Amino acid sequence: MDLNYSSDELAFRDDVRGWLANHLPADIRDKVTGYRGLTKDDHIRWHKILAAKGWSVPHWPVEWGGTGWDITQRYIYDEEFGLAGAPMLPPFGPSMCASVLLRFGSDAQKQRFLPRIREGDDFWVQGYSEPGAGSDLAALKTRAERRGDDYVVNGQKIWTTLGHYGDWIFCLVRTDSSAEKRQEGISFLLIDMKTPGITVRPLILMDGGHEVNEVFFDDVKVPVENLVFQENKGWTVAKYLLGHERMGSGAVGSSKRELAALKALATKESKNGKPLIEDPRFRDRLSRVEIELDALEITSMRFLDKMRRSGQPPGADVSMLKIRGTEIQQALTELMMQAVGPMAQPFAAVDGGQVDAYASRLSPRYFNYRKTSIYAGSNEIQRNIIAKMTLGL
Amino acid sequence: MNFEYSDEQQQLADSVRKFLAQAYGFEQRKAILNSASGVSDQAWATFAEMGLTAIALPEADGGFGGGAVDLMAVMEACGEALVVEPLLDHVGLASRLVARAGSPAQRTALLPGAIDGSARLAFAYLEPGRRYALAPEATTARAAGGGWVLSGEKCVVIGAASAGKLVVSARTGDGASLFVVDPKSAGVTLSPYRSVDGQRAAEVRFADVPLGADALLGAAGAAQPLIDEAVDFATALVCADAIGAMQYANDATLEYLKTRKQFGVPIASFQVLQHRMVEMVIHTEQARSLAILAASKVDSGGDAGERQRAVSAAKIKIADAARHVSQEAVQLHGGMGMTEELKISHTFRRLTTLAQRFGDADHHLERYASLG
Repeated sequence: MDLNYSSDELAFRDDVRGWLANHLPADIRDKVTGYRGLTKDDHIRWHKILAAKGWSVPHWPVEWGGTGWDITQRYIYDEEFGLAGAPMLPPFGPSMCASVLLRFGSDAQKQRFLPRIREGDDFWVQGYSEPGAGSDLAALKTRAERRGDDYVVNGQKIWTTLGHYGDWIFCLVRTDSSAEKRQEGISFLLIDMKTPGITVRPLILMDGGHEVNEVFFDDVKVPVENLVFQENKGWTVAKYLLGHERMGSGAVGSSKRELAALKALATKESKNGKPLIEDPRFRDRLSRVEIELDALEITSMRFLDKMRRSGQPPGADVSMLKIRGTEIQQALTELMMQAVGPMAQPFAAVDGGQVDAYASRLSPRYFNYRKTSIYAGSNEIQRNIIAKMTLGL
Repeated sequence: MNFEYSDEQQQLADSVRKFLAQAYGFEQRKAILNSASGVSDQAWATFAEMGLTAIALPEADGGFGGGAVDLMAVMEACGEALVVEPLLDHVGLASRLVARAGSPAQRTALLPGAIDGSARLAFAYLEPGRRYALAPEATTARAAGGGWVLSGEKCVVIGAASAGKLVVSARTGDGASLFVVDPKSAGVTLSPYRSVDGQRAAEVRFADVPLGADALLGAAGAAQPLIDEAVDFATALVCADAIGAMQYANDATLEYLKTRKQFGVPIASFQVLQHRMVEMVIHTEQARSLAILAASKVDSGGDAGERQRAVSAAKIKIADAARHVSQEAVQLHGGMGMTEELKISHTFRRLTTLAQRFGDADHHLERYASLG
């Protein structure tokens, strides 16, 4: 039993930490730690800084620009990003689309798309969910009909995160509605978002922010060469992608940073003439979250250690990290909001008034983080996965 | 980074598990609880033979020089079987205090018997009306005639009746001191009882008990840090004990869900029960992580604050998880979970006391907060 990183791993951590301290632009960090959204330019600027260092796609095979790091190094890298307030690159291109291309793409598709994903030249988004196909993804209805050298796509996607920044979208579409099993008539298409017939409509969330969108397809022509893998075999691709989760899904690094911010805030705020952090009721709630986070860090490392020994993918272990990780994230945002008391109410200045730039972000942040237990496989779906895979139920 | 038990640790736990499987089944345990002493001499002798009494003692005293991590897997095995012998009190508290505070003569007098199992030790430290406080107040010792006179009362002394010697904490002047007391001495009275989870314990009164100078363990007034450390060590072990009991509760509940049929189907097919089962497992895994952290911090022997923080964090999580898992295990077993006939109700009582031993969640939340 040895709970510590090796000296090589510690040196690697210091490397990543030192590099981030010198290269993460302060304005981007401040947006992350001040709970303000990043623009498309921010994402691209940060992507290109990482690409110049060779760190934009660490998990890829080395021949395509990966770093060759092992899973522990990748975990450390993710955690250091969280601690530093460095935004993770949106996963849709570098993690999701790239994993699919690397596993199922033709040589031509790899050559065409992977270098541009690595360098941050194309901004990719995801077209999976539909209004009638959420947790039950195989119910999707967006159809693609083969006409000559094109597919013609009609239908609608929803919850497309950063769809308004998208250059390209990867989509699951129905290419055969007569298939006996719903899963058998689905294909995986890559679609240029500049193609005529695509409309992106914002869905403003209850924090007032614009992250997700609906994407409508109206007779959108997609060249057949943009089909990944075989026609009607898209479900194989989709399952592979959904299984391609990372050990970082507990978000331990960013939650540690948030916890430190919460402690600083609760030290500054006062109640009955004493720092709020000394109030036993508040303090106990804070402590329980801190303890759950400490436990999650060790649990993540235990799973990492198990994975390294067995050489097996993490499977349902990731579901456990996702459930607890998101519960912790949500609890932290709630405590942050409560820490400022009534000052959590001001939201937006009107008529020459003023609101505190930091405190006014805390309620919206709490509102926004309700999404974490819903997205990326709701926590209920994650419990189904554990029940089935771990418990054999 | 390595979260596996060593081969030796795993082998020892496997031998303990094997022994418990053949000598400590549900019915056998019931017979032990109902016996006159309430503990099994055979189990105790076997634990000693296997070295469980020696692992955490220094090599100079005939021990193996190990620590909490070396005992973790064993404690988990004991937790699964709901072992009632006061191994934790003997090994984790009393023997540890003798080894750490005792003079060479005291260690020579007490530890060989503690190691071979012939002389059991218990630690009397809790006082009526003072909840989980570790600093002695109501029990005092005053110097007299070259020796000491001990007065006061201790409560919930686990293993007192079967102990050859008691280690007793008492206030001397401004500080805490430790004394080795023969429970058969004049002036010592035991009021023995069975605890809710089937352990034997006693209230112990000391009515002006005369003690020789050699009864004082360590320097007078300097025992508090030693007491705190030993209780942290034992708390880390009680966490492992609870992990074992929770693991049993989860295994038994999962098995029950798969076999119990209602409406013509195994109740495991109901999603509401699946999700509750999953939550029990997540609680247990999170608690296990902190139990590991606590044991390793206790063993690292570094900064006391860091040790206390890790131990309190673990105990808070264990208390919350033990409550959650035990309540859900009974609920998911339905009416049968309420009965004496299933081990699950005994596990419920055990987890309820383990959640409270050495301080419940509120107690440790207070200490945790005080450590910043």
